[in-house]
Amino acid sequence: MTKDIARKPIYLDYSSTTPVDPRVAEKMIPFITEHFGNPASRSHSFGWTAEEAVEEARDEVAKLVNADPREIVWTSGATESNNLAIKGASHFYSTKGKHILTVSTEHKCVIDSFRELEREGYTATYLEPEPNGLVDLEKFKKAIRPDTVLASVMFVNNEIGVIQDIEALGNICREQKVIFHVDAAQATGKVDIDLEKLPVDLMSFSAHKTYGPKGIGALYVRRKPRIRIEAQMHGGGHERGMRSGTLATHQIVGMGEAFRIARIEMQLENERIRKLRDKLLHGLQDMEEVYVNGDLKHRIAHNLNISFNYVEGESLIMAVKDIAVSSGSACTSASLEPSYVLRALGRSDELAHSSIRFSIGRFTTEADVDFTIQLLKEKIYKLRELSPLWDMFKDGIDISKVEWAAH
Amino acid sequence: MAYSDKVLDHYENPRNVGTLDKDDPHVGTGMVGAPACGDVMKLQIKVSDDGVIEDAKFKTYGCGSAIASSSLVTEWLKGKTLDQASEIKNSAIAEELALPPVKIHCSVLAEDAIKSAIADLKSKQGKLI
Repeated sequence: MTKDIARKPIYLDYSSTTPVDPRVAEKMIPFITEHFGNPASRSHSFGWTAEEAVEEARDEVAKLVNADPREIVWTSGATESNNLAIKGASHFYSTKGKHILTVSTEHKCVIDSFRELEREGYTATYLEPEPNGLVDLEKFKKAIRPDTVLASVMFVNNEIGVIQDIEALGNICREQKVIFHVDAAQATGKVDIDLEKLPVDLMSFSAHKTYGPKGIGALYVRRKPRIRIEAQMHGGGHERGMRSGTLATHQIVGMGEAFRIARIEMQLENERIRKLRDKLLHGLQDMEEVYVNGDLKHRIAHNLNISFNYVEGESLIMAVKDIAVSSGSACTSASLEPSYVLRALGRSDELAHSSIRFSIGRFTTEADVDFTIQLLKEKIYKLRELSPLWDMFKDGIDISKVEWAAH
Repeated sequence: MAYSDKVLDHYENPRNVGTLDKDDPHVGTGMVGAPACGDVMKLQIKVSDDGVIEDAKFKTYGCGSAIASSSLVTEWLKGKTLDQASEIKNSAIAEELALPPVKIHCSVLAEDAIKSAIADLKSKQGKLI
């Protein structure tokens, strides 16, 4: 492969963040310079213009998920939404009980909100998913206790892209009168979300995973039946008291436009992306000893998380610097920290370390995918030629049975 | 993650990758490390009758620094006597490759691999006598 140093890596990390769609950026700009008013200013047209734009965007966010715009609360992003939902609802309903339930493969901000509540005296259950990454409904049901106040399950997993059965999980919560929160940061524009049908009480959204700007998100708070939350941010009583702070009009306008585009283009876009993902999958599966992490059927079209056996994670990352991807390995530290999500699926440390998350998006081309397949084949071949473990595998030696001297 | 140019050079163009016949009485094989720790080094040396290392080969499962450390020692080993070889210190490897502190263990592993290969050779030749 020819080396081209000036060339930017191919971006295949859309699950980390997406570029702002140019159409979105264009719509945002006047709200930074020209229509700069404070949407809370009621006494002049600067404020009215900004407020109108904010409400239009709220409509668009609501429309994508079939909610009432009055159920949408602006936040700074999905991390804040998750914190607000989990801590806000657990606090408000703490008289009901102090047990909270989630899944061990949730995003760090959910896990850490749970840890914080544990420090405050709540008891938490972190349910292990099945080896395919999905939550077993019976196990979920059994994990609910009479004092369970809230359960939180993500719609789409950020690392492996699996889609949980939110409707079934929500129905269990309804039966048991448990508040159900869903982190949908990775789901918008990728799966259909209909909050009129879904038995979900609280749902978190982010703009920057769906071609909107960073620094803006929203929390859906159901009105019927009404869900109450304790505010985390106190001040001027914005967003019906649930989240104070001057609204970031330009960010909100961006999120609204991004979600409008997602609503209109999602079906076609998902079809195109699925074809690219499947091409990538088939290309990589040409090689021996590659393992897809997480269920392939219940999975968004955009994600492929795959482990390359007998290749060490950090050298793999060095090898694929011409593409921008995420790795299951924390490779800047001496201590090995394989992805906790892959470990929860029962993957060995070695396989967890040698995993790569490819996430495909709006601006990925077929040529990008072709290049990636070629690059991976070349580099994996080279690293395996270097690997004594690959030789042992080829000689039929079971590496897990060898007695290694740990160092 | 900043690698030194020397690490990158060895990683991109590893020297002396390969395998020697482990049953050859002139060949010593050292295998150190563990897959769960993220590094396994296999180092082989071929020694002439007068005790000089004629050839050295390696295979390494590990990070760029581990690959570079083992590649470097195969270059250093050739032409050395066993006594000279056993004097190679990890600090020299780390210095040559400008390894950062978190990667010092890679050079330690390379030193262990040399010692292990020499020990294997000596035990083999001891049995022959």
